[in-house]
Amino acid sequence: MLYSSIGYYALILGLGISLILVYFSIKNFQNSSTLNTKILSFTFLQFFLVVISFVSLVISFVLSDFSNETVFNNSHTTKPLFYKIAGTWGNHEGSLLLWLLVLTLFILIFFLKTKNQPLKYKLLTLIFQQIIIIGFFLFLIQTSNPFNFIFPTPEEGMGLNPILQDPALAIHPPILYLGYVGSSIIFSSALAATYLNLVSKVWASHIKKWIIASWVFLTLGILLGSIWAYYELGWGGFWFWDPVENVSLMPWLALTTLLHCIIVLEKKQVLTSWVIILSISTFTLSMCGTFLVRSGILNSVHTFANDPERGLFILVFLFSLIFISLFIFFFFHKSSPNNSNSFFWLSKETSIIINNWFMMYFLSVVLIGTIYPIFLEVLSSQKISVGPPFYHKLIIPFLIPFLMAMAIGPKLKWIKSNIVDKFYLVLFFAISIVLSFLIVKKFSTNLLINTILVSSALYLFFITLRDFFIRKYSNISQNIAHFGFSLLILSILLNNLFSSEIITNLKVGETFTSSKTKIVFKNINQKQEKNYKSIIANFSIENINETIEDLSPELRIYNQPNIVTSEADIKTTLLSDKFIVINIVQNQDYFNVRYQVKPFMLWIWISVILISFGGLLSFFKREHEK
Amino acid sequence: MKIFKLFFIIYLISSFNNLEASNDDIKSKITKNLRCLVCQGQSVYDSDSEFAISMKILVDKKLAEGFSEIQIYDFFKERYGEWILYDPELNKNTYILWLLPILIFVIGGAIIIKSFIIKKN
Amino acid sequence: MKNKLLPIFITLIFIIIFIFFYKGLQNTSIYTPQTKISNKIPSFKGDLFYSDETINSSNFFKSEKFYLLNVWSSWCVPCRKEHVLLMDLKEVKKLKVVGINYKDKKINAENFLSELGNPYEKIIFDQEGIIAIEWGAYGVPESFLIKDEVIIKRYIGPLDKKLTEEIKSIIK
Repeated sequence: MLYSSIGYYALILGLGISLILVYFSIKNFQNSSTLNTKILSFTFLQFFLVVISFVSLVISFVLSDFSNETVFNNSHTTKPLFYKIAGTWGNHEGSLLLWLLVLTLFILIFFLKTKNQPLKYKLLTLIFQQIIIIGFFLFLIQTSNPFNFIFPTPEEGMGLNPILQDPALAIHPPILYLGYVGSSIIFSSALAATYLNLVSKVWASHIKKWIIASWVFLTLGILLGSIWAYYELGWGGFWFWDPVENVSLMPWLALTTLLHCIIVLEKKQVLTSWVIILSISTFTLSMCGTFLVRSGILNSVHTFANDPERGLFILVFLFSLIFISLFIFFFFHKSSPNNSNSFFWLSKETSIIINNWFMMYFLSVVLIGTIYPIFLEVLSSQKISVGPPFYHKLIIPFLIPFLMAMAIGPKLKWIKSNIVDKFYLVLFFAISIVLSFLIVKKFSTNLLINTILVSSALYLFFITLRDFFIRKYSNISQNIAHFGFSLLILSILLNNLFSSEIITNLKVGETFTSSKTKIVFKNINQKQEKNYKSIIANFSIENINETIEDLSPELRIYNQPNIVTSEADIKTTLLSDKFIVINIVQNQDYFNVRYQVKPFMLWIWISVILISFGGLLSFFKREHEK
Repeated sequence: MKIFKLFFIIYLISSFNNLEASNDDIKSKITKNLRCLVCQGQSVYDSDSEFAISMKILVDKKLAEGFSEIQIYDFFKERYGEWILYDPELNKNTYILWLLPILIFVIGGAIIIKSFIIKKN
Repeated sequence: MKNKLLPIFITLIFIIIFIFFYKGLQNTSIYTPQTKISNKIPSFKGDLFYSDETINSSNFFKSEKFYLLNVWSSWCVPCRKEHVLLMDLKEVKKLKVVGINYKDKKINAENFLSELGNPYEKIIFDQEGIIAIEWGAYGVPESFLIKDEVIIKRYIGPLDKKLTEEIKSIIK
């Protein structure tokens, strides 16, 4: 009980400090001498208070303090300690506290690390960031208080959904938020820079590190979510174009585009409008995502508890930010003059613009697909669904020219001059086409489109690989990241083409035989664990080349809450994953068994790690190496 | 060096033969396109709810009776509404849905080309 | 002039989007299929529970009376509460209560009926659940009020006192 009070009053104080900070910043801005050191102290104090609040909530969870409503709703005395702690941010209120933590942390780091920028710029960034922080404080205190009391204190909590009790899912929100919420700094500083007409090469170098950091975390956060979905949810997929997934993808697309634009702005005073708009959009999309997921407006497997009052608050907050940004952009942004004398149409700027073009298209597909059903329902009261087929049909054809452009774009500098390079471009093109034809012909029906797809991915793959080995790249991080991307597309394509599955009903002791596989349901073991009853089914799978593998999927019957989960057994090798999952069939004595062979799954994860690694390299590159 | 790489990859691909389980293309395609009404975030293909299991049996029956893919979709649409399909049909409700992104792409391209022409002159 | 037009246009678009989102908040996100009133009954074939005889839908609803088709199963918890009201409706003269036993084991269903009583004039045994889908049902329990081979009303979820009164008043 004590901790809840501490946590709550820390929040109130934090809100008070926001107002103090805004006041002092405005005064300092007008007097424009040196930084008022009180501002730095208060920024630190604000962060510290949010930490106290957050830690109080963690302690309440660990102690199973059910007088706290949030703890009551989301925890249980039998939960293992690690998941009690992770349960802090696994719910709506706690995750908002995580938002505040990252928001206040990032502005603090911004102040500590930004030495050479103009004072007015730093103060204005602080002011914009505080507007966001105030909004979240109000949202938390008014509608989503993590420290509500319930009386009398219940004996036991409601428990946490067991599929959320997984290590990948436990760290998925913090990492994702570091990316998602971290883009708030980019938002605030872009607005500040626009207002002060500071959008320049100098500013670009400074903000670039923030963009990369945010981007790396966002990429890894999305990866963790997909890994969790694959290993935990039992359907063998890793991306479903579910609204909540789309909502994390959209800021990523905007941020990636921004990253490319800032690289250009660093060298040349161009693309300033793009940079500002993208900086605003990334965080706006994050906020929009928060709105879509927490307001109950969308139907999804993983929305939080729905509450229209909260939805209304976020909606008004989101659009206030949008209108402020629009105002600043239209009134204060002076677009860079056209340097037509230094223009060359095969330049880096052109390739980036083409990249922007495609990325904005992909972003619009995801955005429209996600929110169109809402609009249609308002207009005509008709509910439709927009699912994977929509996204695949609109995105895949455009991936082909996109991959080709990714291969050729970064090499434009050399193409003009180098004959050997031109030769390799053509050679790889030919090899890619032949190879993919052979691959696709063996296994797939959509020969043409798949061939071209795999070709383009292979093309990018070969080119980036060769560039790496002969060291002919402008930028090693770009090379690795693009190579990672080609590997990602390639792995996903090959996984799609070569995956196969058997679904059958088996009783204990029965065997399923097909032309290539024999599945033997050997026996089951039952065991009572701490908070669930475990049923482990032992299978032995025989392949056509006489290798036998043992797989043991598990069913878990939980007591609090009362649900049954299915834990797949997955054997991962470099080449493919063997995936098996069982399910209880209501009222019958047989089990439903699903066995899948999924090639290249591991490479999908590795490729995303490679992409982030490219970004990480860029982050740590010393100034003098550029 | 390159020839070696090529042969290696071809060898890898031919070893994929032993990776097959089994495949049922059209049924998978249809059930992946149908939404489960009980667990509303999953497709009938992925879901293991009672409703999904019955749907899968029914799809099998309809396929055996000679229904085409479109006819099966119509059958379910009639009973559950358009919501049950993940692939939104192209009708007066969804023109904007399908065409707006394409429109954005085309407009984007037009703006880029226009700015090139201006810059060239 | 062009410079003023673009900001105004964009601001307008965002205002419109805001309105849409605002209105959208009022709608629920859970989907319930529209009950198609005054729809003809679906055509289907099914096995009867007790006799293993196959019936055809065209012969099933022939009488002049009202029919209440109830989808139920022994493993469905709300069906138990609803069952009492069904026994009550069995006594209504102008109404015939018929059932679809959904994805059940015969033994369990028989036990259920011997424990709670059998209000059904006839029961269709839908072990695979596909007849229920023909009706557009997707869970248990659900009920359909039928007259002259047309669905008058559909109830998703268990019946309660209020709904049974409604059924009785419709029949009058």
